[in-house]
Amino acid sequence: MEWGDAMSLTMDAATPSLVVNGTRIDLIERGAGRPLLFLHAENGIEPALAAIEALAKGARVIAPTHPGYGRSELPKGMRTVDDLSYFYLDLFDQLDLRDVALVGVSLGAWLAAEIAVKSTQRLAKLVMANAVGIKVGDRETRDIVDVFALTEKEFIEIAYCDPAVGTRDYKALPDAEVLAAARAREATARFAWNPYFHNPRLKSRLHRIRIPTLLLWGTHDRMLSEPYGRAYAALIPGARFEPIERAGHFPHQEQPKAFAEKVLAFVEGKWP
Amino acid sequence: MRVYQFSEQPYFPAWNEHSGTLRVTFPNRKCDPHVAADLLHRYYDEYQLTDALGLDIMVNEHHQSATCMCSTVVVGLAVLARITQRARLLVLGYPIGHRPDPLRVAEELSTIDVISRGRLDMGFIKGIPYEIAASNRNPTELMDRFWEAHDFILKAMTTHDEVFNWEGEFFHYRQVNVWPRVFQEPHPPVWSTTGSSGQARILGERGYVMATLGTGYGTRRIYDAYRKSYVAKHGKAPGADRFAYLGLVAVANDEAEARRRGDLIAGYVRTSPIVALPFRNPPGYLPAEDNARLLRGETPPRTFTRGGRIVNMQTAGIDELMDAGVLFCGTPDRVYEQIAAFCEHCGGMGNLLMMGHGGELTHAQTVDNLTLFAHEVHPRLQAFKQPDAEEAARAVAA
Repeated sequence: MEWGDAMSLTMDAATPSLVVNGTRIDLIERGAGRPLLFLHAENGIEPALAAIEALAKGARVIAPTHPGYGRSELPKGMRTVDDLSYFYLDLFDQLDLRDVALVGVSLGAWLAAEIAVKSTQRLAKLVMANAVGIKVGDRETRDIVDVFALTEKEFIEIAYCDPAVGTRDYKALPDAEVLAAARAREATARFAWNPYFHNPRLKSRLHRIRIPTLLLWGTHDRMLSEPYGRAYAALIPGARFEPIERAGHFPHQEQPKAFAEKVLAFVEGKWP
Repeated sequence: MRVYQFSEQPYFPAWNEHSGTLRVTFPNRKCDPHVAADLLHRYYDEYQLTDALGLDIMVNEHHQSATCMCSTVVVGLAVLARITQRARLLVLGYPIGHRPDPLRVAEELSTIDVISRGRLDMGFIKGIPYEIAASNRNPTELMDRFWEAHDFILKAMTTHDEVFNWEGEFFHYRQVNVWPRVFQEPHPPVWSTTGSSGQARILGERGYVMATLGTGYGTRRIYDAYRKSYVAKHGKAPGADRFAYLGLVAVANDEAEARRRGDLIAGYVRTSPIVALPFRNPPGYLPAEDNARLLRGETPPRTFTRGGRIVNMQTAGIDELMDAGVLFCGTPDRVYEQIAAFCEHCGGMGNLLMMGHGGELTHAQTVDNLTLFAHEVHPRLQAFKQPDAEEAARAVAA
């Protein structure tokens, strides 16, 4: 095979998958009890596996790999997080999920908000960690660092509290995981290139989210600022803001246990 | 063989003032507009000379860059359509996937075709990765936009009797009607560029003129991919006129002066890749499989010598660039021989895109380079008998 030729994506038959509207995606299910749908961040499903296991101690976790990421197919014409949100509304219907705790990180949190503004009918609670998706500052103020103008090393330094957690040795990783990293970067660009990591329409729709909502925030995030997160929370009626220490932009990856504990406590209604 | 003279119209006075990037984030404070004005007037004077010498002309565009001051091809074409008399005007190219409005592209190019009385050659290109930063176009859908813009522009240029409607994936118009209509029937010739066999196959099917640059003695592989799909679609071999190649050209009456000129013109290949790392490969610009290999630390080979050795254009000396067929350099006899040998290697190549000015080559050197080429080399290239096209096509099939 030569450079420039596309490889066909081969699905491992052993990997659980689901077909929604003709699009096959990977989907992990762990644990039992109340359904919790986990929406991964722009860095894909692998960095979320530890958090998914930790969440599964207190819920039935359903963790799809978004279209375009990992080995999941990307339907032609799907190009916005708004498109993705309809895909997941169909998935809820297909699996007949009810009283779902919807949990997302970063791009996954943006996606969760896009779903919730359309319908909370199947949702019980919403948790958004280090969420992107809205424009807070004026037109000449960058709310979100231009990560596509950074090298991977520079990005890891601003995104993580401990850069070692985010550093990957691509030469040692299996082929599928390296390809997944490349596909994650491409899919993220597809959904978040322009407008950059936000939907200009979303802010004015957030008032429609009338279910208990928690904004979690890895305090070492230097891709987003904490004031951005607090402004986001202020736009969702009654939303609560909760920091996670010693974590950056991907708190589920850096502090999976603390992340899962906070999510489960909120979902189980243990918080006042 | 046709020969198109080309200069990137560089702002070379700032080349030594960068800190790791000459593009995208290199501040325009480094550009003195008075110096830029002198340089641009000089470059257009040199294009006028090119016209008078009987050569054709090529222009291109790059953005946010000290390597190229032509940031929109339309300005260059508009100037040239009026100040030249006979040269064909090749734009290679127009990055139509980046442009917000293909109707405007069709109107601009039609007007230029009319002013030049049918001298336009119309190259549509994807654009190099660094251009994404200027247009902010989504790199993951750039080629889909490119082909829709392409289809639209050709329909707009060839529809004469009624207005039409277009509601595509990217572009929407309700009353398309281009005035003035194109001068050449049915439309100006379409060209494009590529470095990959995959894209070459697509261009071969369409029968467009395909240009490569920097591919050196690796060019045959890409031409053969074109030949194969051209034959499959059209049932005959593509002529040499379907192929174009960008080469640096330095001619002088003595070898030493030619080498000095070659070294200055090579400033183009040495500065061109100086750009901050993240802008070199925006996500989605390459297939994910290629990006996976890049993550692994593999890099695609680009330029080869005749003996199959890989050449790094940024650091190569002029002998290496000559071995690779990137630079044709020497006395008129030697330059003719090098170009002829390269055409034989390609199995036929009918359009030399000649960078006869590049880098810090002075006006006097450029004038002499172009004049000597036009008088001593060009007539021989026009008389050059291309390799047999059918035989080249048969060699691919076998």
